[in-house]
Amino acid sequence: MVGGEFRKTLAVIVVAFVAMLIGPSLIDSYTLTVLIIYGMLALSLGLIWGYGGILCFGQAVFFGLGAYSYAIAATNIGESTVPFLLGIAIPFAFAFLLGAMMFYGRLSDVYLGVITLVVTLIFYKFVNSTAGPEYVIGNARLGGFNGIPGFQTLNVPGDPGAYIYDIDFYYFCGVALLVVYALVRWLLASPFGRVAVAIRENEQRVELMGYDVRFRKTVLFAVGGAIAGLSGTLFASWAEIVTPGMFSLAQSAEIIIWCIVGGLGTLVGPVVGAMALAYLKFLLGQQSLVDTTLVFGLILVLSVLFLPRGVVPTLGLLGRKRRGGGSSRRRAGRGRSGRGRRAMQEDAAKEGADV
Amino acid sequence: MDLAVVVIIQIVYSVALLVLISSGLAIVFGMMRVINLAHGEFMMVGGYATIVSVNAGLNVYFAMLVVAPLVVGILGLIVERLVIRHLYGRLVDTMLATWGLSLLLIGLATLIFGNTTTGISPPIEGFPIGDYQVNGYNLFLIVMTVLIVGAVYAVLSGTRLGLIARGTMQRSDMADALGYNPDKVYMVTFFAGSALTGLAGGLLSPLVGIVPTAGAQFIAKAFITVISGGASVIAGLLSSATLFGLVSQAFTFLVDSMVGEIALLVAAVVLLRLLPQGITGRFFKGGL
Amino acid sequence: MTMNRRKFLSTGSAIALGALAAPAIARTGFAADTIKIGSLLDTSGLFDAYGKPMDMALRLAVDEINGAGGLVGREVEIISYDTQSDMALYTQYAQQLVRKDKVDVVQGGILSASREAIRPTLRKSKVPYFYNVQYEGGVCDRNIVIDGVTPAQQSEILMPAIINKWGKKIYILAADYNYGQITARWMQKYAQDAGGEVVAVDFFPLDVSDFGSTIAKIQSAAPDIVVSALVGGAHLSFYRQWAAAGMNAKIPMASSTIGVGNEHKVLTPEEGNGIMVAYNYSPELQSPTNLAFLEAWTAKYGDVSAIHEIAVSHYQGVKLWAQAVTNAGTPDRDKMIEAVEGGLSIDGPAGKVSIDPKTHHAILDVHLMEFKDQSLKVIESFSQRPPVDTQAVCDLQANPDDTTQYEIKI
Repeated sequence: MVGGEFRKTLAVIVVAFVAMLIGPSLIDSYTLTVLIIYGMLALSLGLIWGYGGILCFGQAVFFGLGAYSYAIAATNIGESTVPFLLGIAIPFAFAFLLGAMMFYGRLSDVYLGVITLVVTLIFYKFVNSTAGPEYVIGNARLGGFNGIPGFQTLNVPGDPGAYIYDIDFYYFCGVALLVVYALVRWLLASPFGRVAVAIRENEQRVELMGYDVRFRKTVLFAVGGAIAGLSGTLFASWAEIVTPGMFSLAQSAEIIIWCIVGGLGTLVGPVVGAMALAYLKFLLGQQSLVDTTLVFGLILVLSVLFLPRGVVPTLGLLGRKRRGGGSSRRRAGRGRSGRGRRAMQEDAAKEGADV
Repeated sequence: MDLAVVVIIQIVYSVALLVLISSGLAIVFGMMRVINLAHGEFMMVGGYATIVSVNAGLNVYFAMLVVAPLVVGILGLIVERLVIRHLYGRLVDTMLATWGLSLLLIGLATLIFGNTTTGISPPIEGFPIGDYQVNGYNLFLIVMTVLIVGAVYAVLSGTRLGLIARGTMQRSDMADALGYNPDKVYMVTFFAGSALTGLAGGLLSPLVGIVPTAGAQFIAKAFITVISGGASVIAGLLSSATLFGLVSQAFTFLVDSMVGEIALLVAAVVLLRLLPQGITGRFFKGGL
Repeated sequence: MTMNRRKFLSTGSAIALGALAAPAIARTGFAADTIKIGSLLDTSGLFDAYGKPMDMALRLAVDEINGAGGLVGREVEIISYDTQSDMALYTQYAQQLVRKDKVDVVQGGILSASREAIRPTLRKSKVPYFYNVQYEGGVCDRNIVIDGVTPAQQSEILMPAIINKWGKKIYILAADYNYGQITARWMQKYAQDAGGEVVAVDFFPLDVSDFGSTIAKIQSAAPDIVVSALVGGAHLSFYRQWAAAGMNAKIPMASSTIGVGNEHKVLTPEEGNGIMVAYNYSPELQSPTNLAFLEAWTAKYGDVSAIHEIAVSHYQGVKLWAQAVTNAGTPDRDKMIEAVEGGLSIDGPAGKVSIDPKTHHAILDVHLMEFKDQSLKVIESFSQRPPVDTQAVCDLQANPDDTTQYEIKI
């Protein structure tokens, strides 16, 4: 069983690696870089929502926190290694605290959604109101609505003059995504990951078996925060500016849409969803016939109604049907909490694609 | 002294405002366990309905009190039949679908009205209290909110319709067995909730400029108020709106409006941490 | 002269219309390769009320340029992307313009954040950048040309005028971001210079739309004048609530921002009348260049209701660039920038606009205006005001490699 999963993971990585090498000849590498960064961001939510059953409306908080931590530290230090690590560590720590606050308080369901949403709003409003000269951290002005421009971007560790940019930065992000994917796969295959999925399926039962559900959920949530923070750090280095928009509800909404459309309960789904939709947004900006917001709204409504499992699992399902069988141990679901009995039965009846 | 009166009016007004923008959402959530994230956009549509009809020469009050609720109610009916009906019992899926719907409505409104802020002026003049001028329309909104809450309470507790609705929400199978089609009851409830939302949008349109994205400023607050209130429609709504209105206005007067807004949000986080089922999950249990 | 110019412009636009109808015929007159303008504007999303008219202005300007024979014998081509009010898309499209489309100049950007997002990219790849929006001032960069009004240019005219007219006690309300903060400081400086006294300054996040408690606060401070630098749709409700409380009859108001996005057409005459502002442009200007501009706009778009301050500013930015290319004889970046620094000026709809070689900012006319029945009535015109705020910190002739955006100490 574990061998099969390992082979599958390896296959995904090899295919993705080849795609990464071919990519720049099809799409401009600068655009591809941001697609990869968004992919990683979607992966972070795909992990905690699809595997942990934790619906977080505030994944953008960790994304923005990573970017701002990096930007502030880079402005002060002028070399990117420590800022890069801080950009992962700070969101991790914050997610851990927030998660502990929520899960030890036994919050679940929609209440979890509200808290994460409110935290997003607090960050957004606060960062937006830091335009005054009194908001300084070291040499870095927080800048309010306009954000922080002009910090040191990613460089070769120890050599601030050797920037990692352009095609090198693209490969850096690509490899980072693959490494994160492999690590997450490893995490999910470990006992910790198995229990996490069990919690999603039936929290009470797992708790009765003697596992500390609250701690495990908190850790999973913090790991998701760290991954989102990493993607924020990379984004800061890519865009060379960070703005409060990174904390916005619109940003959070986009991450959720990526996951829904791509497919929850898989890791490849959210990544593919993010890349496809972000590229679609980029293409839509080059024309003026249809309103982008309208298109995205339509995509979200239709995919909830007709593709409740997302594109990647549905494709996997079709593929399997054609091959005439094969079964999967794990169900792809949007978490026990949010779904009615009917949906769960459907899930149970169908087979999930586990990629 | 005059200042005290003005401050008190302002606090009552901000509580009333929270009640007003949340009432439609509270009914739909409290009765049907459906969270309509397109709530803000429903208000935006109500606002546009009012502005368009006023510009077409209709009476302001008629536009606010009749046209806006009717238009949004019908919109709600369509949405319920096309989308929400298929998602009952799947709380998260309804949230996502209505979120998509909100984007869709913003896109449509942008196509039709463009992104320029439009508005009408309030039909009521300001008046002085001592040295202070008070916004007369704010008082009108307070009165309207009291009337709305009273009406909702009367319908739910005093009429046969309210009884059927509450019965269906508690045990839809029993209501079905007694000959009341739950499908129809849900439909009517959603219509009523949407109409109330449209009414709120219409009433607010003279105060805030309406743009296609105007809904966003309401939805977060309404969502937080309703969830913090908990399951009981009226008791929950009133208690959480009072709490949040007091907190945010106190900080707005003491510091500034940014701190006021953040204080409201922090209060919500603390509240939900302490009372994970909302206020009425612990107090006023089983009330309306 | 006057008649000739107007006639010239209207024929120009007629030719431009003809060019739209039959591009194949018009194109034959030009040399093979075009000069490319890259345009980045939010024509959808939150800021499209600003972006859409700017896009119209850009297209009008380019039509006129091509109608008059193009630039140095070559046709001008627009390559435009809609940035959808999303800062991430600005950087993406700027890269696209530079790498794939290889444009000769980039015109656009609306918010300061969007300008700062693309400025480094354009500087590194040596593509000149024209930013044509009223902004907070202080950008010092040889690769950029800015023709919008800066806070000092407005405040030095607005503040003395209102203090003389209405009294000394001033209450300032401003949007809580870079622009608002800096503008509020300049307002305070010029108020004090004119003998006024600022009793309070309040900042508001851009999404605040309930001003009830603020209005009570203002009343307890009892100022002679309220000055606003509030920005955006949510803040527009302040003026409504102010009028609804009956305050507009009691305390007069001035602003450095209302009207820029045509807000005076949204407020009713009762709500808006009497608000004092100072801008570079009003459609009511009776100069021949403005009349010709309005005529050309009408010919292309039917009516002039969409025109606003920054659309005209954008139009003038495109014309300034065209003039610089003509003066240099080439769109080449270095020669074009030398032409910018060699006494560049045009006669735009808002009057004469010239570029200060030391700062790359505009010296332009500023008009004191009053809201009157949903239009901007010009009260007094001040000709050729230099950008004194940016001049205090920036000297590109002495430090050509400067790239900072200075925050100006007052």
